[in-house]
Amino acid sequence: MLAAFFRLFGRDVRLALRQGSAGTSTVVFFVLAVTLFPLGVGPETAVLARIASGVLWVAALLAAMLSLDRLFQADYEDGSLDLLALGPLPLELAVLAKTAAHWATTGLPLIIASPILAVLMQLDGAGYLTLVAAMALGTPALSLIGGIGAALTVGIRRGGVLLSLLVLPLYIPVLIFGVGAVEASIDGLTQRPQLLILAALSLAAAVLAPLAAAAALRLNLE
Amino acid sequence: MTTMHRFANPARFVRVSSAVLPWVTALAVLCIGSGLYFGLFSSPVDYQQRDTVRIMYVHVPSAWMSMFVYSGMALASAISLVWKHPLADLAAKASAPLGAGFTLVALVSGALWGQPTWGTWWVWDARLTSVLILFFLYLGYIALWEAFDDPQRAAKAAAILALVGAVNIPIIKFSVDWWNTLHQPASVMTLSGPSIHISMLIPLLLMALGFTFYYVAVLILRIQREIVARKIRALRLMQTEPAATPVFGVPAQ
Repeated sequence: MLAAFFRLFGRDVRLALRQGSAGTSTVVFFVLAVTLFPLGVGPETAVLARIASGVLWVAALLAAMLSLDRLFQADYEDGSLDLLALGPLPLELAVLAKTAAHWATTGLPLIIASPILAVLMQLDGAGYLTLVAAMALGTPALSLIGGIGAALTVGIRRGGVLLSLLVLPLYIPVLIFGVGAVEASIDGLTQRPQLLILAALSLAAAVLAPLAAAAALRLNLE
Repeated sequence: MTTMHRFANPARFVRVSSAVLPWVTALAVLCIGSGLYFGLFSSPVDYQQRDTVRIMYVHVPSAWMSMFVYSGMALASAISLVWKHPLADLAAKASAPLGAGFTLVALVSGALWGQPTWGTWWVWDARLTSVLILFFLYLGYIALWEAFDDPQRAAKAAAILALVGAVNIPIIKFSVDWWNTLHQPASVMTLSGPSIHISMLIPLLLMALGFTFYYVAVLILRIQREIVARKIRALRLMQTEPAATPVFGVPAQ
């Protein structure tokens, strides 16, 4: 079962990498969205430094959300999802493998890109390490919670807007604690509680989200 | 359990609920009418807020209802997923616009109350933000119902979403509470008893009861309407293909 899990994970990662544009387009969106803010609010470094952590997290949230429609859509259309549902791997674990692959191809590039964007946004030096740690702990929750929305809307034509309406309210705790961790370390306070809560959110999502997403997929495959 | 399944028959539900409906409607009119009289005319003005305190009699009950309706929706969704209870689907679907309406009333009346007392229509405070998010959750739930053509699948998808939301609401509320706060904490349902004077508590509770009866009355009407709509839909399907699915709520011939 473990072999099947990793086989599926490897397949999805390979598919995403060979399509080429998949991982990079998410990062390009992330960079572009962050670039808009200095143009919008003006280039004063003090203002940018004040909003840097919030802007980076909001842009990461939107980038993660925009890549969600890829999660199940292609497999649903060409019928591989039906085979996965019939296969020996429980659908819950298949969902977990697919979301893990989604995180590896979208969440991980966002984490790597975020320190560079933090420099552009004049983020206070004390916040860098915490930003990367918070992103590393928080982005799995984004992929997992997003998986529920993607599974619910998989059979719906033009489900993109609906997906954002379903998923964004559920992303709010990750945003609050992600920004809170960075702000705390900039203010010289401990960032430990926020990071622990982010880890807790990701772990709880890893347990519960595949159940809900698999139920939604079964319903859409009927 | 058996009583629950007895009401799974839509025809029986329509019969029983039609008998209950006039009483519930009368109670709603009575409670809201007397609540409004006591609240607007025969309760004292606040020594600080003057007459604006009377907004409370609409604001607080609708805020309670916004949470109560979502809990009911989540419970109905769980029942529909576990026992495939046909009326639970309809109850959840019929509740959503009502809950969204109560949430909107709470938000708007809160803004109208905030302007004279806090000096601003809106602040990004924990209570306000979490109620706004609740409103978005209702909208997402309604939109998901609309997105499916097949009501059976829509019901299941919406039920999953309602349960996911029910898990998330405490987390969202807790995170938002931790983030920023200005709104006063609860002052009626506290362990040490209500900290609000009896002359204001009575109209407040009357209004809360009235809102609940109103909700039940409109819920019954909406469920009955939905049952009729499904019958029409099934009859139309039968006209086009005679061997189509059995009619919802009509015994098989």
